[in-house]
Amino acid sequence: MSIQVKFFASLRDKIGKSEVELSSVETTGEAWDQATDNAPRPNNVLVAINLEYARFDDPVEDGDEVAFFPPVTGG
Amino acid sequence: MSNWVSEHDIDPWQLIARQQSELNQAGQFGATATFIGTMRDFSDRKGLSKMMLEHYPAMTEQYLQKLEQLAREQWPLLDCLIVHRVGEIYPGDAIVVIACWSAHRRAALDACNWLIEELKYRAPFWKQEFGPEGARWVEENTDGHSQGKKS
Repeated sequence: MSIQVKFFASLRDKIGKSEVELSSVETTGEAWDQATDNAPRPNNVLVAINLEYARFDDPVEDGDEVAFFPPVTGG
Repeated sequence: MSNWVSEHDIDPWQLIARQQSELNQAGQFGATATFIGTMRDFSDRKGLSKMMLEHYPAMTEQYLQKLEQLAREQWPLLDCLIVHRVGEIYPGDAIVVIACWSAHRRAALDACNWLIEELKYRAPFWKQEFGPEGARWVEENTDGHSQGKKS
């Protein structure tokens, strides 16, 4: 099983990595814990699974791409 | 569908003119509403020299596509244009251009307003400002309609 985890913007700077590959997780919340070595999760962090917004208890499947990022500031 | 992310300078007026000319429906549209977002040299800090705009490749493009599709479902638009910059941006540079064409003004105005608010609220872009004190990530956008507050 392989889950690709990505971090963007200030969150990437804070966590200190942009990409991590995980072998076994069941939810996005678990992906955060494993990918960050259990770093505390800021309450405004957003999450996406396969390019779609998701939630922290959503299930993750083999081959999924999970992304964590701070509030967006485009426009 | 006309929406994309640009790594290079954009000239919003040229983009709007070209889109309207390609629309090739003279006599059909009675209203064109536009929004152009431009970089200022200040935020809550003075003397900003540049900005780095980051995005989530693939998700951002998919999100812009979805926004255009939703706008076209909600309003009778003849055409729609959304272009957003990424990369290095300087004061005075355009960041985003949105244009909507419709037969009557209400559809174009409402769709254009809705598009920029939704884009600012959910499209995965992030700004990092550079000023005299160095680099700083912009933490959040000003409240828009999606949070139910006045922008």
